[in-house]
Amino acid sequence: MSNWSRFNIVSVVLGFAFLYLPIVLLVVFSFNESKLVTVWAGFSTKWYVALFNNQGLMDAAWVTIRVALLSATIATILGTMAALALTRYTRFRGRLLFSGMVYAPLVMPEVITGLSLLLLFVAIGFDRGFVTVTLAHITFSMCFVTVVVQSRLLSFDRSIEEAALDLGATPVRTFLEVTLPVILPAVLSGWMLALTLSLDDLVISSFTSGPGATTLPMKIYSQVRLGVTPEINAACTLLIGLVAIGVVIASIMTKRREVQRQRDEQAAFAGR
Amino acid sequence: MKSLGNIRRSFAPWTDPDAKPFITFRNVTKRFGDFTAVDDLTLNIYHREFFALLGASGCGKSTLLRMLAGFERPTSGEIILDGQDIAGIPPYKRPVNMMFQSYALFPHMTVESNIGFGLRQDGMPKNEIAERVSQMLKLVKLEQFAKRKPHQLSGGQRQRVALARSLAKRPKVLLLDEPLGALDKKLREETQFELMDLQQELGLTFVVVTHDQEEAMTMADRIAVMSHGKVIQVATPAEIYEAPNSRFVADFIGDVNILDGKVSANGNGKIELAVNEGFTIRTATANGPTPGSAAGFAIRPEKMKVTRAAPADASVNAAPGEIWDIGYLGDMTVFYVKLDSGKVVKASMLNALREVEDPISYDEKVWVSFGETAGVVLKD
Repeated sequence: MSNWSRFNIVSVVLGFAFLYLPIVLLVVFSFNESKLVTVWAGFSTKWYVALFNNQGLMDAAWVTIRVALLSATIATILGTMAALALTRYTRFRGRLLFSGMVYAPLVMPEVITGLSLLLLFVAIGFDRGFVTVTLAHITFSMCFVTVVVQSRLLSFDRSIEEAALDLGATPVRTFLEVTLPVILPAVLSGWMLALTLSLDDLVISSFTSGPGATTLPMKIYSQVRLGVTPEINAACTLLIGLVAIGVVIASIMTKRREVQRQRDEQAAFAGR
Repeated sequence: MKSLGNIRRSFAPWTDPDAKPFITFRNVTKRFGDFTAVDDLTLNIYHREFFALLGASGCGKSTLLRMLAGFERPTSGEIILDGQDIAGIPPYKRPVNMMFQSYALFPHMTVESNIGFGLRQDGMPKNEIAERVSQMLKLVKLEQFAKRKPHQLSGGQRQRVALARSLAKRPKVLLLDEPLGALDKKLREETQFELMDLQQELGLTFVVVTHDQEEAMTMADRIAVMSHGKVIQVATPAEIYEAPNSRFVADFIGDVNILDGKVSANGNGKIELAVNEGFTIRTATANGPTPGSAAGFAIRPEKMKVTRAAPADASVNAAPGEIWDIGYLGDMTVFYVKLDSGKVVKASMLNALREVEDPISYDEKVWVSFGETAGVVLKD
């Protein structure tokens, strides 16, 4: 990339501006002294203070974090199991249907997922609240975990599992002592991804939550309808920071795994 | 006393009718869908034997090994190990350990914990594990690498870790799947002898799968040559080389010239063949095919002589020809001689001297000749 033509520079700047200008504006105005969102009146962190004193927003944040941690953990367990089933048992009856069903939420419009879950909960008379939101989040984030873990399993050398069995480890111990430690980075980055997805979900949460289980994105959305306050800007800035950290950690872990594998492979070739 | 080839050690339980086989495959068949990997195979392997399964890829040798390890179940037939039918026993309960072709070291564990893995599964006390692991490290000369991870080792070192790990539990049988396949030539030759010494020292039964005939010849007490899921011949390396039982084995192991013809006489322990190349072969054989039947004659290149002058008795085991090509390999020279019939045969001569006076050269008229015990008659 040594030759930066003027055209390239302009297109990169425009592209980034298109993607990030709104976010930059939001972050900048969260530090605005004035209550008017569009008028700059000097730097201040008072809206962050106000935010932490806003009980409604803090409650919503707490709900969001609990939902995210719980749903990400369960989605990771289920997603990993699905990935194992899909890569290991390539010939079971209904495999195509199963894999289609696992991947469907990736492309399914959120409104449909949300609505169908709502219908289900209503039909079985399940009171909407914390549990239903968590269940809904597990449903849509599980497939992302499956994708991440499955891609790792495809390059997994199964002979190490056979070696473990051969050396006397039962299938369960083989999984716990050999398979899981080796695929752990992928499982963790899947968990991170699920956590991030859960943190910023609005549509599905809106359909499936009930009284007392308002998540932060829902709270923000409802407050914005009454008028944007810098307080919301502050909340959004924090949320962006949290999501960004999650995504960055997940991609760093993926990257490190990749680099590690390449190094191992190079070492293997050098050693021959 | 005459015998075939050089005898390495006097160990031959398979010649003793009272000896009990340690491992028996009885009418074992393994099918994967429509594909038959192992076809009604029966085979005996004896205690403390170094046994090699040799064949091209896809001949079923690896499947046989994997059935012994427990990763595949035979479709039919039984596998008996030390008097017990092991067909239904899962791999983690078999007194058999395997060294994998890819080594299959646990990437997240150090060399030490790789070697100790099997012992930990057995619930051996910690101090005993430590002791056994250090014993094993010493055995494979990797004491200073105990704390390293597999990716910090060279290919040869990894091979040793894999070996140590598979030996740590002192299995009754050690299975080796292409154990030296990933090593370079020099290291491979060294390691061959180390494996043989180790096997002798520990008194274990080794079953090795390989596609490398040199490896099998060097290491094994007996070799089973396999093709398409069947065992074609089971014999000592010398027997396999000097007395192949079929065209396939003769052709598969080493270089060979095969001449086809018809049996013209058979008697007094000798057989005469009128080969299509237009001369007569007389060779010593115990019970050859009857006169009139078609037969082949297999002879190794190093057992043929190439001379300018016709041999004293040129009526049998000699044919005139012309040098077609010469391959100089350093330790020996290979002459490709085109017989008058047009068939090209290969004859090799050891270069015992550095300087040769008036060497045989291209396009010269020569004679190829051989003795009465130089080749074997193939019945098929």
